[in-house]
Amino acid sequence: MADAICRVLRDGALEGEHATSLTINDSVDSPFGPIVFDYIFTQLSSFISSGKSQSRGIVLVAFSRSPSFTVELLKSRGIDIATTHEWLRILDCYTDPLGWKERLKERGAIKTPSTEASLIVNLCKDVRNLDGLFSLIIALGKGLVGEGKSRFSVAIDSVSEMLRHTSLSSVASLLSNARSHAQISSVFWLHHFDLHDMKTNAAFEYMSSMVANVKPLATATNVLRENSENLSLLEQNYKRGQFHASLKRRNGRVRIMCEEFSIGQSLVKFTSMSARKNETAQSLVPKVQFNLQLSDKERSDRAKVVLPFEHQETEKSVQIYDGRKSETEGKYDSSTEKLQKQEDSRRGEIIYFRDSDDEMPDSDEDPDDDLDI
Amino acid sequence: MDRPASLLDEALSLDDGDSNNLRPWRGRVVLVEDCVETNGAFVLHHLIKRFISPNLSSSDSVVIFVAFAQPFSHYDRILRKMGCNLAVQRENKRLIFFDMLMLECPDDGVEGGIIALYGNIQKAVEVVSSLNKNVTIMIDDISLLEVAANGSTKDVLDFMHYCHTLTTQFGCTIITVIHEDIYSSGDQFTLPLQMEHLADIKIKAEPLVTGLAADVHGQLTVLNKGRSDGLGRWKSKIRNFHYRVKENSVDYFYPGGRS
Repeated sequence: MADAICRVLRDGALEGEHATSLTINDSVDSPFGPIVFDYIFTQLSSFISSGKSQSRGIVLVAFSRSPSFTVELLKSRGIDIATTHEWLRILDCYTDPLGWKERLKERGAIKTPSTEASLIVNLCKDVRNLDGLFSLIIALGKGLVGEGKSRFSVAIDSVSEMLRHTSLSSVASLLSNARSHAQISSVFWLHHFDLHDMKTNAAFEYMSSMVANVKPLATATNVLRENSENLSLLEQNYKRGQFHASLKRRNGRVRIMCEEFSIGQSLVKFTSMSARKNETAQSLVPKVQFNLQLSDKERSDRAKVVLPFEHQETEKSVQIYDGRKSETEGKYDSSTEKLQKQEDSRRGEIIYFRDSDDEMPDSDEDPDDDLDI
Repeated sequence: MDRPASLLDEALSLDDGDSNNLRPWRGRVVLVEDCVETNGAFVLHHLIKRFISPNLSSSDSVVIFVAFAQPFSHYDRILRKMGCNLAVQRENKRLIFFDMLMLECPDDGVEGGIIALYGNIQKAVEVVSSLNKNVTIMIDDISLLEVAANGSTKDVLDFMHYCHTLTTQFGCTIITVIHEDIYSSGDQFTLPLQMEHLADIKIKAEPLVTGLAADVHGQLTVLNKGRSDGLGRWKSKIRNFHYRVKENSVDYFYPGGRS
């Protein structure tokens, strides 16, 4: 399913539509947003570098990790570094986002920061100016794919950092400008949703055509406080997690999917939820003395039980014991018509006489008030 | 190293391997969270000693200590009881001490205060790194840094971000302390949560759930988030144990592991 998301990002935007956009949400309980972001970034990169995607290049806006990290990442995933200059640009908002280092350098307080200035890395020294940042992104993208109809993708790591420097409205305007730009094929960003209020989270979800939530397996927030037995459970949260994704269609239909992921040797692996469901359910439920689940035999026995009224659908006669001994009990095999006739003649009747006409049937008066006790 | 590794060292992966045992720590951010009832300062003292201690085989490590909470003499007295002479280490340039007790940022911004402090730290890091030594930056504590920054959370986070760039550029380790209970939990976008996102290792000191006890002073929970990078992957682990602070040392033991 994570691959489904990658494919949608790869296919990009239709002519005259907004670019596809993806929000990756994570929280401190399951801090794997960056890893999922890396996964999607590398997948998309390999699509782009092999020319399989709509976009011809990708611009990474790096706020929370250094460009050297990204280069290492691509290397470790077996993507050819030699060709990166053809399809990758990194806008480095990590090394000196507020221009402190530059000011200190001017004053001679520190030496030249060894920024990895290269063909693909561009330094941004004032991230508070989002208009400047946006035009920088567009300029880098156009530098990659040229003017015209070719498109490029934009990856932002992360918008939580952007929100620290500016307001929500300016970040939102940057994202919506990026989405509606004719040369942008897809945009995706990372977002730590527990750092922001509901309003902010909702704003980002409205602006994205796909939302991916990284959630912990066990949602016990105060597990730590309880006992050490739960520690191993909590430890699982730092190895595995749930991946919920919703894909919004153009007509407003939303497809929701669930997957589980586990963190292996520096790689993230996605497995379908159903395959692991039983296993995790059993490992998450504390040991109890009674069965919470049915065995196969119990399950098949349960399927055989005929529930009351169930036979009405199967055109058999009604067999409900009404408390009276039926004469027809012995000769049940006779035709049902005869049986019904007999029952008609034996049908009971309740004859009810009202006590008096002046008293309404359900008056509030206490029926027992004339009793002399 | 003749003494047995304590539970804390084990939880922090400080005990594996004799040589280069600070190597897994390079580029990490460590957050010590404490509260009023259980002061986490002893964890910091332990780490100072661990990182500065001359009998480490990788003795080329330097600690840059940014003190907002206590004067030098305070740390010196405590560490001396633990068998580590800070004054000597300071003369040997193994400890670089920034006394920030009097730091006040000008009202008009962070220009003079925090940027200048960052400049001093980076300058020190540049000098030490050129000698090919491991650098550990310790900040005691973030909450008082926030006070010095006139209560501006944003400035503190900017400062921390810049310190974080030193971890990738020079491979520094950052160790910080934050008092968790002075921040209201209902308030979103708070400093502890931001710091937690930034940290690779969280050490939390808190009182026992069952209340006060005479021979247990509190419990420590060490959350070691795994992280993958060029130096290889660190497995994530969580440890929880009790501690008792004694005059010259601290005992660590598993719950119920002491009669």
